[in-house]
Amino acid sequence: MSDTHAQTVPYVRKTMVEQSPPPASEIGVVKWLRENLFSGPLNIILTLISLWVVYWVVSHVGPWLINGIWDADSLSECREIRNATMGEGTSAACFGVIGERWQQLVYGFYPKEAYWRPVVALLVFFAGLAPVLFASLPRKLLYFTMASPFLMFMLLWGGSIWGPIAVALGFGVGYAAIKLISPINGLLGTVAAIVLPILYWFLIAGPLAGAVNSVLPIGLEYIPSKDFGGFLLSSIIGVAGIFLSLPLGILLALARQSDLPIIKWCAVTFIEVIRGVPLIVWLFTASLLLNYFLPPGTNFDLMLRVIIMVTLFSAAYIAEVVRGGLAALPKGQYEGADSLGLNYWQSMQLIILPQALKISIPGIVNTFIGLFKDTTLVVFIGLFDPLGLAGAIRASTEWNGIYWELFLFIGIMFFIACFSMGRYSLYLEKKLQRDHR
Amino acid sequence: MKKTVFFGALTVAGLAAGMASAATLDDVKARGSLNCGVTTGLVGFAAPNAEGVWEGFDVGVCRAVAAAIFGDPTAVEFVPTTGQTRFTALASGEIDLLARNTTWTMSRDVDLKFEFVGVNYYDGQGFMVPKALGVTSAKELDGATVCIQTGTTTELNLADFFRTNGISYEPVPIETNAEAQQQYLAGACDVYTTDASGLAATRATFEAPGDHVLLPEIISKEPLGPLVRHGDNEWGDIARWTLNALITAEELGVTSENIAELSAAAGDNPEVNRLLGTEGELGAQLGLDADWAKNAIMAGGNYGELFENNIGENTTIGLARGLNAQWTDGGLIYSPPFR
Repeated sequence: MSDTHAQTVPYVRKTMVEQSPPPASEIGVVKWLRENLFSGPLNIILTLISLWVVYWVVSHVGPWLINGIWDADSLSECREIRNATMGEGTSAACFGVIGERWQQLVYGFYPKEAYWRPVVALLVFFAGLAPVLFASLPRKLLYFTMASPFLMFMLLWGGSIWGPIAVALGFGVGYAAIKLISPINGLLGTVAAIVLPILYWFLIAGPLAGAVNSVLPIGLEYIPSKDFGGFLLSSIIGVAGIFLSLPLGILLALARQSDLPIIKWCAVTFIEVIRGVPLIVWLFTASLLLNYFLPPGTNFDLMLRVIIMVTLFSAAYIAEVVRGGLAALPKGQYEGADSLGLNYWQSMQLIILPQALKISIPGIVNTFIGLFKDTTLVVFIGLFDPLGLAGAIRASTEWNGIYWELFLFIGIMFFIACFSMGRYSLYLEKKLQRDHR
Repeated sequence: MKKTVFFGALTVAGLAAGMASAATLDDVKARGSLNCGVTTGLVGFAAPNAEGVWEGFDVGVCRAVAAAIFGDPTAVEFVPTTGQTRFTALASGEIDLLARNTTWTMSRDVDLKFEFVGVNYYDGQGFMVPKALGVTSAKELDGATVCIQTGTTTELNLADFFRTNGISYEPVPIETNAEAQQQYLAGACDVYTTDASGLAATRATFEAPGDHVLLPEIISKEPLGPLVRHGDNEWGDIARWTLNALITAEELGVTSENIAELSAAAGDNPEVNRLLGTEGELGAQLGLDADWAKNAIMAGGNYGELFENNIGENTTIGLARGLNAQWTDGGLIYSPPFR
């Protein structure tokens, strides 16, 4: 058989060929390069142009970064050091300004001996945020979360410890009102829960805190808002805006979907008016117009005014994002909730909002990142956010004429904050993924 | 609901405060510090240093007024203001005194209801060009591209100047001085125009200041001075005469070095004696201590010393006295007599 075969088809191979590696053009780097960068004439041209652009940028920025001078007290000293060590005309960054002023860029004019307070406040913030962000942590920690805003206020502004405690008690008053009066009359309980704390805050809280403080003065040194600056200011405005605007935005979204016409119109008007006007105008309103409306001598903290405006502004955007989430839910979800006999708040809390908010996460985080970066607009009303401080630092005779080093530092700080927010939102989306893709 | 109550309460509180605050001096004394509006940062005039302490020529005026009232030049709360917020801050009472290189113009004085208490720097709009351009007069700038800050009086002055001289220019609008420096150095414009003090300060930061020249033409009048609100003349008097005290001190040769000696006892010069409170009752007329002017001068030195230390020829900014020399030296700085 084999003989026959051998005679008829002599060219048939009888032994297996040794396995040889795939040709060089089909493996590893070369293949990747060919497929991704040099797959056709157009791509070859684009690749070469891109390479040239990358080279151009790196060759200009690289030496500037690497030659950076850190130990100088002024721009002219930087130039002297550069001329002495690298020769005149060399491109070299002057990072001495960061070395000398980074504390100012981070804390503003906050007293140096109290720098530990914002740091501890930041730790408290993360500790309070952790149980909200990560479901695996014990639920008991949420009590700490509730206390953390007061703790942070105490740490940042200082003053008597009894002020924040007296304000916190107001929430206790509201809670007690709901627990005690609601069983008797539901509507009365809701009204009492709103009215009683307000009365308490305006009439009792101040004198109460004053009285206790005169007996037992405990507290930290008071630091006025005008000493806040730099990233501390941006973070406070940003964080306060983010955490106040989320609940407000959700309420607005629900109000806009409401069947009650007055509530609906109010929500629509609010959202459209706030959204229809640029943030910078609201900030000017906060800083200028309110000054005219309020009687002379009124001392209404500018930072508080800005936080209120930023919160309202961002709440309008959040409301629309959440409304998108609500609209994306099939009608069956609403009807299902109704058929279970849940009342409005129960159905929202248990069925609708968890799903709607999940859908809205990317939009909400997007709004927050925008809000955080928008805090730099306060520079126009004379608050010293990092950009404002960069201007002030440039106005000193030592550092006049320096730009990129400051902007680079500020840019990196903002990038870190915004990038972490974006990453967390991705994590949250993955964790809450319920559909089967 | 909550907000209404809140604003209502604020209004009541504010009305009570408004009625109580007739006299600024009393308010300032009760507060224990002067609220002084400054720029958010202008080289030589006002800027915070690495310790967060404000320094500069305008800041010196604030400190002198604080020292005149409290005897303590550090009893000042500096309120940074921008070009947009400065007048509201003053009108609303957020600040007691605005010392923010503000040009004294009729409409600001009359229409905005402010009181300029004097002039601490006579500025004017100038031009800077690269030496390589070979221009020696602004009238040779026909067809030049000009970097100019938008929305300022400099823009209007520039248009007027070129029209009057029948020459044309191409504006390159820019937003801030920082941007202007970059654009000018990058060659985006042939000429940079702004206040002459700003040009000098800008040129001082260049790598090679010698390659750029300031043209001799000054095309506008920019008298910069501190200002207060209308309606409280006593307070305006304090600010005005504090500034005058600094100017008079230079004229009479009273410096921060010899002031301790001069104010120890009445000397030969009666005007020095009246100024320093060793004779007469000028301080009491203002409602201040007899040594008010001495304290104001000791805060940062007399007018000349303030000038030299912050923007003078020995600083990196290197401004010559020019118009800001004493009238005895051919300048415009002139104080009414202390009598």
